[in-house]
Amino acid sequence: MLNVLGLSRFQFAMTTVFHFFYVPLSIGLALCVAIMETLYVVKKKEIYKKMTKFWGKIFLLSFAVGVVTGIIQEFQFGMNWSNYSRFMGDIFGAPLAIEALLAFFMESTFIGVWVFTWNRFKPAVHAVFIWLTFLGSSVSAIWILAANSFMQHPTGFEINKATGRVRMTSFWDVLGNPQLWREFPHVFFGAVLTGGMVLVGMSAWGLLRAHKQEQAGKAEAAPAVEGGGSEQVSQRVFYTRSIRLSAIIALIGSILVIIAGDLQTSFIIDDQPMKFAATEGIYEDTKDPAPWAVVSLINEKDKTSKGIEIPEMLSLLSYHSTSGSVKGMNSVNEQLHQQYDGKFGKDMNYYVPVTTLFWSFRFMAAVGFGVLLLSILVLWFTRKSKDTLWSSNWKLWILGICTYLPFVGNTGGWLITELGRYPWLVYGLQTIADGVSPTATVPNLLFTNIVYFLLFLFLGGVMIFYSRRVLHQGPDYQGEGLSLPVQASRNERRVALA
Amino acid sequence: MSILQGLWFFVIGLLFAGFLLLEGFDFGVGMATRLVARDGDERATFMRAIGPHWDGNEVWLITAGGAMFAAFPLWYASLFSGYYILLFLVLVGLILRGVSFEFANHALTSRERGVWQWANFIGSVFAPFFLGMMLTSLIQGIPLDKNGDAWPGFFGVVNWLSVVGGVAVVFFSFVHGLHFLSLKLGPMDSRRMLNISEKVYWIAYPALVVFVLLAIFRTDFYTARPISTWLITVIILAATICGHVAVTRKRGGFAFTASGITLMAIIAFIFNGLFPRVMIGTDPATSIMIQDASASPYTLKIMTVVLCIFLPIMLAYFIWSYFIQRKRLATDGAHLSVAGPAAVSATVAR
Repeated sequence: MLNVLGLSRFQFAMTTVFHFFYVPLSIGLALCVAIMETLYVVKKKEIYKKMTKFWGKIFLLSFAVGVVTGIIQEFQFGMNWSNYSRFMGDIFGAPLAIEALLAFFMESTFIGVWVFTWNRFKPAVHAVFIWLTFLGSSVSAIWILAANSFMQHPTGFEINKATGRVRMTSFWDVLGNPQLWREFPHVFFGAVLTGGMVLVGMSAWGLLRAHKQEQAGKAEAAPAVEGGGSEQVSQRVFYTRSIRLSAIIALIGSILVIIAGDLQTSFIIDDQPMKFAATEGIYEDTKDPAPWAVVSLINEKDKTSKGIEIPEMLSLLSYHSTSGSVKGMNSVNEQLHQQYDGKFGKDMNYYVPVTTLFWSFRFMAAVGFGVLLLSILVLWFTRKSKDTLWSSNWKLWILGICTYLPFVGNTGGWLITELGRYPWLVYGLQTIADGVSPTATVPNLLFTNIVYFLLFLFLGGVMIFYSRRVLHQGPDYQGEGLSLPVQASRNERRVALA
Repeated sequence: MSILQGLWFFVIGLLFAGFLLLEGFDFGVGMATRLVARDGDERATFMRAIGPHWDGNEVWLITAGGAMFAAFPLWYASLFSGYYILLFLVLVGLILRGVSFEFANHALTSRERGVWQWANFIGSVFAPFFLGMMLTSLIQGIPLDKNGDAWPGFFGVVNWLSVVGGVAVVFFSFVHGLHFLSLKLGPMDSRRMLNISEKVYWIAYPALVVFVLLAIFRTDFYTARPISTWLITVIILAATICGHVAVTRKRGGFAFTASGITLMAIIAFIFNGLFPRVMIGTDPATSIMIQDASASPYTLKIMTVVLCIFLPIMLAYFIWSYFIQRKRLATDGAHLSVAGPAAVSATVAR
């Protein structure tokens, strides 16, 4: 572990996992906030404006951390994986540069406009800015995943005989990579689920607080003076509307993420059989029809696994039929040796980190279905005829804790995708060990690993701390930190003066 | 070397120049929060002045890095891995600064806000200093091996020229930031910014002389490409003098343009001297040339098409975002802080 390769891998995993807490959160929250502002434009009710502004604060926090951790990503290919950059530059650089030109400029420009021009544009125009921000971050996902998909399933390339490096032969094949168009929907709807579920959870905390305040008898106290003419809504109404809206978003997200995940899985069965077999902990070829292990004890050394199995279930999950066997890792290993020994030698280890993949998959799937169930329950509990959520502290508690669920699922998904690529950096073309920077040293890597780790701990802590603070201040809080918004419109100033 | 290779070398230079032109004043404003601002509220006003823009400006660096990866993967690989610690420090600076804007909004006490203002200041000094160091270390020639890996070593990275280079980028970013503030603040504060700039501008002259002398001794720029190098040197000096005259006459717009030209000319100096190399080896035979570092003609062609279509669109909304927010912040001592609406009205009345 304490060698250049190990430290480089750890650092890459750490920085990408941390970054990927915030990416789906930002995309998902941008969508939620954009929907809220659109509702404000269409229905012209103040509550939606209040929702936009309030949840917008959480969105901006996540966006800030997402942006700064994103810069690391673009730099570290060159910094830590220079041989990889040389080998893959012809393919990998283009989507990255296009991502910056098309997507990053768009999201960063329009988020700046959105934040600072609340009173300068008509609501309908202002809402366009948050939609453009959302579009920018979603488009950025396509490009970075196009680059990632090549690493999973190379297309549209040839090997340059003179240099031994990858050369692009068809940009459209790189973009039309079948892996990309399964991976992107899965990631995108995962982001929708994340945004929705985090708002469900945070609204639950808000309801819990409002409920406690009411019981203590101080709730419904008139909130701070607000601009003339706007309707006053209680915190209960505010959070109930929020939780219902975000539950709908989370519900849609979870259904679609499951469908997209299913599509991705059926592609991977044939394309990366080792990855697939590992997520199911299968060493020997299964019988036909294949049983599915709910949980399993995996011994990576002896290459055995013992699980609690449901008969026929794996065939059903993999092929949507009651027949069909699944190849085990041992036979896939033999097959890979036959295929690649000529080029990479007999000493390659093609077994991926099985235990991690097995459990990552189960956590991810559990989160997907868990959110699906939770969002249906939330919609049922808060139905118009009888709201049973408000008075039930334990339900709110559970929902509140589930704020963190999507992050478990997102991380699990990426661990499967990237660890399942082992031992390849670029599937079938370059091994991880061959990609690392020759100039990297253990002391340098130790230093950067430790500083990144502490920095991320700090940023994550502050992010959670400030999100809680926003929640505690509640939707009626008028101050924006210490200073009033500088660009208050003349109208607002007059109101303030009156 | 093909036309497209030359074009992309130029484009990357342009992106770096655009980055310094734009993010330069963000860095300068960040420095001014500590060096110029009188109190926490004024620091907040300064940060507010660049609030809508800094993120978009930073994307110029991201795009420059991405374009370098796409067009010259071998350059990207050598440069970024060779200057590992320096770039890491740049990243730490950019991270600290990047979160400070949003986090400062959530502070409830002036001490808490002060923490984020410090983060902004430190980041705003770190990033340009270490970037300047990297660029001026790069031009002196560093040990390169056959694989193209750069081994600059400690003294290849930290030496007189690179330190002066880092300081120069920091310095010109600082005055550039002051000039930007003079365009965004009320008349009284604007004048104050230009007064300060007028005083500190004197440092530029000895710094430039030292920089040119060191560059003559430590790079081959003045012998390899004497005419263009001297021409750019004169432009840097002329822009500096113009900027100084402009601040003396309290012409913020002119001063801002001049300091912007100085910053871009520094990039032009480096890229002009590098050409047709992208990395200079201590042994000239090991230098990495544009044609060897480049991506395939096909990739360059795709990138060029994408650039031609999307750069104009991007520039249009980018400039528009500045245009709609061109108004000065009404301040002059009021800072729109907790002092509240009364102070606002005083400035609105004007």
